[in-house]
Amino acid sequence: MAKVIFPDHLLPFVGGNREINIEAKRYRELVEILETRWPGCGIELEKCAVAIDSQIYQDAFLEDLLSESEVFFVRKIEGG
Amino acid sequence: MAEAVDYKIIGERPVRPDGVDKVTGRAQYGADLSLPNTLIGSVLRSPHAHARIKSIDVTAALSMQGVYAAITSEDFASPDGEVGGEAAGSASDLAKNVMATDKVLYHGHAVAAIAASTKEIADLALDAIVVEYDVLEPVLDIDEAMKDTAPLLDPDCYTQNLPEKAEKPSNIASVMQLSGGNLEEGFAAADIIVEGEYNIPMAHQGYIEPHACTATVNEAGQATVWCCTQGHFEFRSMTAALLGMNIADLKFIASEIGGGFGGKTVVYLEPVAVLLSKIAGRPVKMTMSREEVFRATGPTSGTHCKVKVGAKKDGTLTAASAWLAYEAGAFAGAPMGPGAMCIFAPYKLENFFVEAFDVLVNKPKVAAYRAPGAPQSAHAMEIALDDLARELEMDPIDLRLKNAVQEGDQATYGPKFPRIGFKECLEAAKNHPNYKTALEEGTGRGVSAGFWFNVGMQSSAEVHVNENGTVTLVEGNPDIGGSRASMCIMASETLGIEYESIRAMIGDTESTGFSNVTGGSRTTFATGMAVVQACEDIIAQCKARAAVTWGVDEDQVEWQDGQAIPAPGVNADVKPLSLADIASQAHKTGGPLLGRASLNAQGPGPSFAVNICDLKVDQETGKVDVTAFTAIQDAGKAIHPDYVEGQMQGGTSQGLGWALNEEYIFDANGVMENAGFLDYRIPVASDLPMIDCHIVEVPNPTHPFGVRGVGETPIVTPLAAAANAVRDATGVRINDLPLSPPKILEALDGND
Amino acid sequence: MSNKVQIQSSVNGEIVDFLCDPQETLLDVLRNRLSLTGTKEGCATGDCGACSVLLDGRLTCSCLVLGVEAVDKEITTIEGISEKDGLHPIQRKFLERAALQCGICTPGLIVATKALLEKHKDPDEETIRYWLAGNLCRCTGYDKIVRAVQDAAKELSYEA
Ligand code: FES
Ligand code: FES
Repeated sequence: MAKVIFPDHLLPFVGGNREINIEAKRYRELVEILETRWPGCGIELEKCAVAIDSQIYQDAFLEDLLSESEVFFVRKIEGG
Repeated sequence: MAEAVDYKIIGERPVRPDGVDKVTGRAQYGADLSLPNTLIGSVLRSPHAHARIKSIDVTAALSMQGVYAAITSEDFASPDGEVGGEAAGSASDLAKNVMATDKVLYHGHAVAAIAASTKEIADLALDAIVVEYDVLEPVLDIDEAMKDTAPLLDPDCYTQNLPEKAEKPSNIASVMQLSGGNLEEGFAAADIIVEGEYNIPMAHQGYIEPHACTATVNEAGQATVWCCTQGHFEFRSMTAALLGMNIADLKFIASEIGGGFGGKTVVYLEPVAVLLSKIAGRPVKMTMSREEVFRATGPTSGTHCKVKVGAKKDGTLTAASAWLAYEAGAFAGAPMGPGAMCIFAPYKLENFFVEAFDVLVNKPKVAAYRAPGAPQSAHAMEIALDDLARELEMDPIDLRLKNAVQEGDQATYGPKFPRIGFKECLEAAKNHPNYKTALEEGTGRGVSAGFWFNVGMQSSAEVHVNENGTVTLVEGNPDIGGSRASMCIMASETLGIEYESIRAMIGDTESTGFSNVTGGSRTTFATGMAVVQACEDIIAQCKARAAVTWGVDEDQVEWQDGQAIPAPGVNADVKPLSLADIASQAHKTGGPLLGRASLNAQGPGPSFAVNICDLKVDQETGKVDVTAFTAIQDAGKAIHPDYVEGQMQGGTSQGLGWALNEEYIFDANGVMENAGFLDYRIPVASDLPMIDCHIVEVPNPTHPFGVRGVGETPIVTPLAAAANAVRDATGVRINDLPLSPPKILEALDGND
Repeated sequence: MSNKVQIQSSVNGEIVDFLCDPQETLLDVLRNRLSLTGTKEGCATGDCGACSVLLDGRLTCSCLVLGVEAVDKEITTIEGISEKDGLHPIQRKFLERAALQCGICTPGLIVATKALLEKHKDPDEETIRYWLAGNLCRCTGYDKIVRAVQDAAKELSYEA
């Protein structure tokens, strides 16, 4: 089960859950599960970057998840 | 992967391949192109900071001899959705910033544009445009702007990200929060609490080259645009969106670029020039004056921040909270998100709360500026830590070491840190001669630390092997600070051939694959990765060609030191084949060698920095002289150390300018009073000492050579380093910037 | 509006004739009429030094001089700095020291350095910093520029 952690600004879209565990093999699958559980949250997740096991992905899609993976949604980051 | 490896050329300091053209005046920058038959484009700008546009009449201007086109916002498409990659934002806001629609929102906001045969005629024509305004009260102060009673910039702006939907419009475009643990318990556990409130005014990126472009549109509506940009592909998308054009009809060619620092990631002139050219049927050239650059481009947010930090007697942080308000300027999009995510990032903190606000004011719309948002919030936190160290009578570096994050620690912005080099930077600072030298009478010393995420994103690269074995690299990232040199070094290292036999060019939007902007400290990391992969593609092809030549299997060939050799144990009596050998026979073995790679680079490595700043304060005049400065930063791996140091020194200089002198000064009507380099004073050579650099190298495991990206972090730290040094020198704490002579004198007087 | 003036002056050792408007700056003449775009415009108000040229050997902001004032004068621009057999030592040292990042300030700084080293053979750091204080560079923090100038001074004094 991957551990998924949401930042404050996403809480309204995922039923106020800060942390949940989800069985998913890939990032795409995880997002699909979340969208089924909280319809509409997918669009908000799209706007985020995601950190999977310490590595930040600006545009995650097919990344593998391990059973002990930690998935954090964070704001997208720009730069100068 | 990058452990201590013996590199052949990585880490050396060869001369950059584009160097000669840049020291002889040959290199072509944004304003250097002239096409035959070109018209000059000029922009009419708002004389008011806040007004409703009642009407614009261009007929008189259009009827003047020598005037070929006049446009207003009505000539633009009305795009919606988001545009841009790096500088992504609302397309409709971008359009309104390029040309005001119903309202002007800052002094200098574009309202119309002219194309004429000469600059003089264009300027006369601008005078002939009649605009009727209904002048409104400008909103200039961030605290006032946030009040319920403030006049609204945008009556349709409802604060985003609130737990409940906002009931009425406001100048607060959005808010964000970050929290962890239990703040109350954290503060209750503290032996000591420090607090402060900090104000920093807007500052400009200050690139020396003003924005410039030339556009030409043919009868089929196909446009070519030459411009100075940090990212021509993203300029193409933005221009297409604003004009409702097909991307295929737009070709963008990036000229050399005279500095950007984030400020050249968004379009201002390009869509205007394309539209004018389309109407006039002739090329149109536009260049901004320095005054226009100050009034209508950049800057970065002015901020008002509050920070509270609690700690145990031994220095362990128990809790911290922050309230961060960032000026967005005329349209939403202040970098308060990264500001909030960066403020506590260097430290282990279980209990924290950050609240940040994106606030509309009648000032120019902010653009990215080096580590956007981080210098302002880090200034607050690093001053608070300095105050804490003083109260605890603890060495400020020890205090930071005690709380410094390392691999596996949870960052306050969410995930766990991968391998990082913060502690290494702090140790290096502690052991640095600068830190150990005794201070002269009247001098003060400040330290500070900072962090930036760095980004990856999309890059493309091709490697063409010429028939004599030399190599041309094509990539899509404008070279702002020596990146061609870094690309050539990485290609040289990978292919095993001489650096001098590799040339790099920046392809236009039709000659290479999409690449995001040169920015976010991503180029050496992401584009470098693409270059390495494209070179690996070449190596694979070379092995295949050698195999054909020798009549062996591909897996019986290895690539070593720039040559194909038989793999160990392969019994083939053959001479190694160099890249030149293979290239010269390529026509027989399958045609030209062309390697390529395109990617969306993931896993950029966060980069930390620590600064030591020594300075003297003249008690009579309040003038600050920086006497010594040491910048320490984790680069992961420095591909070309000169250009890494260059980033560190340049960021330091910008940070010190912001700390000591630079600020946007507005009058009561919202008119910037210092829109020129005389009064907006960026550091000159005699303002600065040598800037000592110490590069720490804790490799980033996701990059083939361990690169992290270095461009942004250097500006995060100097603001607080200077402020802390002034505190040390004078005994007086000044929380606001810039630490200009009048402010220092006032503080010293108040202390008497 | 054509009351153009005909001017003759010497640019990089060559006699040139050009027509210009009475109010046109030397910078505009160089860039727009003579296609010498190595001289840059950063401000047009005399505050950045990107437009530095030598006017009869004196370091001058070409944005502050009118084209008509160039009559019978000798002008040296960045395009006239290289020597017959290659780069001028100042140019070479700027490259070797990586004293440029974006390079927009570089032509002006090289011209200013030439003027400095003609006056002071062996300038100390302070002299260099004060001489170059009229040439803004936003990218480098000046460290590597000052070092390049020091190196060039050394090399030129050996040559002398
Ligand atoms: S352009 Fe002449 S000094 Fe700036
Ligand atoms: S190198 Fe960019 S301004 Fe000097």
